[in-house]
This record gives sequence, structure tokens and C-alpha cells, in this order.
Amino acid sequence: MDQKLDLDKSLRKWEEGYDASLGKVPIRKKKFTTQSEITVEPLYTPRQISESDYYLEKLGFPGQYPYTRGVYPSMYRNRLWTKRLLVGYGAPEDLNERNKMLLSAGETGLNVTGSSVSMRGYDTDQMAEELDRGYVGMYGTPLDSVLDTDISLEDIPIDKVSVNYSDQAPFVSTATHFVLDKIVGSTNHADCFSHWISCAMYIVFPLDAHVRMTVDLVKWCSRNVRRWHPLSIIGQHYSQNGATPVQELAFTLASGIAHVDNCLKAGVDIDEFAPRISGFFDGQINVFELAAKLRAARRMWASIMKNRFKAKDQRSWQLRIHVQTSGVELTRQVPHLNIARVALQALGAVLGGCNSLHTDSWDEAITIPSEKSALLALMTQHVISEETGVADVIDPLGGSYYLESLTDKIEQEAWKIIEDIDARGGMMKAAKDGYVYRNISNSVRRSLIAVKNKEKVIVGVNEFCQPEDESSFESFKIDPELVDRQIERTKRLRKERDQAKAKAALDELRLIAEGSRDGNIFQGVIDAIKVDCTRGEITRALQDVYGKGKPYAGV
Amino acid sequence: MAIRMLLAKIGIDGHDRGIRFVAYSLRDGGIEVIYTGPWQTIDSVVKTAIEEDVNLVGISTLGGDYVLIPKLLQRFKREKIDIPIILGGIIPTDVEESLKEKGVAAFFHPGASSESIVEAIKKIVEGRSGSRSQV
Repeated sequence: MDQKLDLDKSLRKWEEGYDASLGKVPIRKKKFTTQSEITVEPLYTPRQISESDYYLEKLGFPGQYPYTRGVYPSMYRNRLWTKRLLVGYGAPEDLNERNKMLLSAGETGLNVTGSSVSMRGYDTDQMAEELDRGYVGMYGTPLDSVLDTDISLEDIPIDKVSVNYSDQAPFVSTATHFVLDKIVGSTNHADCFSHWISCAMYIVFPLDAHVRMTVDLVKWCSRNVRRWHPLSIIGQHYSQNGATPVQELAFTLASGIAHVDNCLKAGVDIDEFAPRISGFFDGQINVFELAAKLRAARRMWASIMKNRFKAKDQRSWQLRIHVQTSGVELTRQVPHLNIARVALQALGAVLGGCNSLHTDSWDEAITIPSEKSALLALMTQHVISEETGVADVIDPLGGSYYLESLTDKIEQEAWKIIEDIDARGGMMKAAKDGYVYRNISNSVRRSLIAVKNKEKVIVGVNEFCQPEDESSFESFKIDPELVDRQIERTKRLRKERDQAKAKAALDELRLIAEGSRDGNIFQGVIDAIKVDCTRGEITRALQDVYGKGKPYAGV
Repeated sequence: MAIRMLLAKIGIDGHDRGIRFVAYSLRDGGIEVIYTGPWQTIDSVVKTAIEEDVNLVGISTLGGDYVLIPKLLQRFKREKIDIPIILGGIIPTDVEESLKEKGVAAFFHPGASSESIVEAIKKIVEGRSGSRSQV
């Protein structure tokens, strides 16, 4: 008997049964959709993925183009994803202590976030004087100079663990490593597009200046250091800002395309820098959609690099992916439930073949995570790697009719957005004219309506509500002595250095930035740090040349 | 007359998803919203609040921008600007208590429903004698 006919017949029979069942008990929701508003059918069958060359073309084998099933041939069989918890609070001493605690508890990589003080280009003492001392150590760790980086890395086995940095232009933290000769394998979240659009980083520099500094960083790293991955393209920012998973994917890849274009224009060969590009995506709680998104990301990036940019080195085609579980999905209400949410988000990331993973602490919705809650978040990853068995098989969901169909659908929808951005002249223009921001705002608006009318249920928030319990978490407190010490340290560094050399280095940096002297801005930053210039001074020197950016259209 | 409200983020934190969400909710609830985006300063909030003749100022805080609220309150007091200030976002409980004493009119936490925010705002504004801005 013809197998196809048999399938059709059985399928029709099931459909009749399905309709009959719904006739008796009404359907649970008006529409079933993913977080990207992709319609979810009641059942997936070979029908949705029936082309004969489907397997080799769309999936292939792990470690082979198009890398849908993972970038490495052996994936977690011999090397688990890097367990990498984001840490950033207090002073450099706090950062060091928390990282050592996590490493001793089985963490395998570090993940450092600079303070919002640092990200705005301030030194701690300037912040305390100009705005408010209360900001210091509140949100990320301020790293003003080589001294702070050195303290943060004390007794950390940097030859064994890699560091993931959230260090933006002018890349002062990155430069301090090279000055200290503490070069670790590193990834830097240097994607200026996501920072500029979703973190409103126009406050520090205009976009063109961000781009110039990013290109110079990539160029410098490609030619001077081996294990430093200067450019991570970031979807997590768009997503946390309100983008759907499909938008997140499309905006990230479009940003990647723009970065590659910019580097090519600056004369860097594609295979010289492309192997060092990595991806950073958000880990949402829709487990299948997250896994599908990561698989689609690898497949699409491989195609972009191979077909659009004609990269020859296979490493240029591979997108290694870091995932951070979604903080926006955590709730203040019934806060311990966040432990369950994080576990599910992390599961989706692992099922999607991530290479590196941060798991949020349950109290992150309320405060800076305590030591205990950060430890629980790390150990949640140990449960996934050691107890569930999902890491024992490569791409365990691969071949699932639903997952493969969803991966295809996410890919199709994301290509449409990328084509739209291409037609508008690329990501630079789409960022500046507010296209990306507006689209994210529309998604924020739609999610608001969905939460309001309970099409989107958030347990403990709009359904299954419980009396509020705030007694069970400790609010984060900064040690004021450490803040004093850091402020003092930065002031002393500035006072005791060779002032003529410091001034000359900052002058030189301005000349390179304005183009009246040939040179690489990142090299200029390194040279300034070598003579004890601080983050605030370096940022201001560059702002003297570039000014600050302008905001795009608002709500 | 419709309630006019200034929504702003002051300080050094760029997270603006929450405040955009709130801006939409308030507009849906019939409130006229002037949203000035992130990176506002105490000066710019004072200036906009007066120029736009608002009934209420709402500040959003995620990455610790609540540290500037005492200064904002002082400034309003010093310049005799009689416009209530409300605060939304992530605020530690002890900070909330101290800011309440200093004069913040209401607090909204993550997950607060659109309806509850609109209702509370109407109550604050209607509870006042009808005079707007400066005394």
C-alpha cells in the first residue's frame, strides 16, 4: 500500500476525531500562538517537513553546515556548555569574591557586567561628585582603571576560564586586560546596534562613532590576539526591550550583517575576523520557540556568511551562542516561582544547543542577587546537565515535527524582516530612523494588550494570584567602605601618574578619533591606559571629538 | 479636563520597556502622557513639568535611579512646585518607606495592572483642590 495515501487517510481520521472531541469539550484558547505570535497547530506530522532533501539541506550533522544541530560534532558529549553567571555589583573586590565562589561551585566561565556608571563613561569619583554616590556599585561593578580590573581578577585562573564582558565603546575594560597582560579567552558584548537602540546608548556617543570604535576593536583583536572574540552580536537587548523572538533574531542578524559590512569596508578580510563573531540571545520561557530560535540563528548565520559574504573558512560560518535567561519574564509576585521559570528557560537554551549560559537568580526581579540565590541559579544548570539526561544526546529534539516546523517558520519570518531592513538601506539606517525601535514598541504594545485581556497568562500576576510575600528576600546593600576605597584608588591613580604622559596620550587619542592622525582608536585607548588614564577621561576625550548622540523618535 | 502627566526616567539607567508599557496603559486610560525618554535630569524634569503644566510627574526606576528622587523632591519643594511625584519600578522596601516619608505620592511595582495604575493616578489628581502646577 502507498505509504503517503496511508498517512493522508490516518491524518483525516485523526482530524475527525479531533473535531469530534472539541465538539464535546470546547477548545481551551481562542488561538494558540508562540511568543512571536506564530500560530501553533494542534499537531505536527511528517506533512510539515516532507521534502525529500530536507535533512541534509536544513539540518545536516552537528559540526557541519548549516549547523542547525550544533556547531561542534560532539556537542555536550565531551564538552558541556559553559556555565557562566553574570555578575556585577558593588566594588571590584565584590566581583572578585562572587566569581571565586561561583567557580568553586562548578561555574566554568565568567560573565562580567560593568556598572551603569562605567557604561555611561563615568569614573566612580566623578559619578559621586556629579550625580550621586548612591549609584556606585548599584548596578554592575564599576571598573575605572587597570587597578580595578586587576583586583577583579585576583586569584582567578584566567588561563582556564574565559570571560564574557559587557564592555562597550571605547572598550576600556578590554584594553585593561591587554595592558595587564591578563589575556583570557573572552567574548565581548560589543554590539553597538543593540546597545544603541535598546539600551539608549546614544547618551555616550553617536552611532557612527560607536561603529568606528567597534571596527577598530575588531581589527586590532583580529591582528594582535588569538583567543579574544571582540564582537558578540546581541539579541538579548532587543528582546528584553520588548522584541518578539522572531524580531530579536532578525535584528541581531541584521546587526551582524552591518558589522561585517563595516569591517569589510575598513579593509579587514572576512575570514580574518568572522570566526570570532558570536551570538548572544535571550532565553524565553517558551521552550520550543527558544530551541527553534537558536537552531534557526545558526542556520541563518551560516547561510549569510557562506552565501552573502562568501566566507571560505568554515569557522566563519559557525555562530557560537551565549544565552541569558529572560529577566523580564521573572516576577516580583510569588518570587520563588522564578526558580522554576529559570529552569525552564535554561532547558530551552540547552535543547537549542547553546554554547554558554547564564541563569538568572530568582530574586533578580527585586534586587541584586544574593550569594545564595546566585548559587541556586548556577546549580540549576548542574541539574540540567547531570540529572535530566538532555545533555547526553546531541540535539535531542531534532526531528520533532513541531520543532523543525517552528524552526523553519521562525527562519522564514526573520528573513522577511531582514529583507525589509536591507530594502531600507541596512541596519545603520534602520537604527537611526527609529524603524527598529518602533517595531519593538509595537510589540510592547501588543504584549500589554495580551496581558490585560489574559490571552497571555503570567502566573501569580494576572492569574492564580497569591497574597504578596516580601519578607523572604534580603535587599542588596553596598559596603560603603569598599566604595570609599575605590573612589580613593581612582583619585590617587590620577594624582600620582606622570601627568605629561597622560595628557599626551589623551591628545593623541583625540587626534586619531578626529582623523588628523592615522591610527587605531583601540590602540589609542590601550596607550592611554598604559599611562594610567581612567575610563572617564578616555570617554570624555572621545566625546570631545564625537559629542553625544541624539535620541530617535519616542513612544 | 483630561489629566496631563509627565513620564520620565532620570539618571543613568536606559531600561525603558517598563515606562513605555506604562505610557501606553495611561494613554489607553484617557490620560495625556508626555514621555521624555531616558537620561532626563532633575533640571529637565522641572522644566518640562512647568512648561507642560502637568498634574502629575511619574518617574520610572530600574537600575537604581531612585537615588535621585530625594534631590528631585527637594527641588520641587524649593521652587514651590506643587505637583505630586509618583514612582514605578524596582524599589527596595526600605527605600520606599523613606521616600514615602519624604513625599512620594504613590509607588507601583512590576506587575501592577494598567487599571490599578490609572485608578490610583485619578484618585491622586482628583483628591487635590484642582489647582495645577505652581502655587
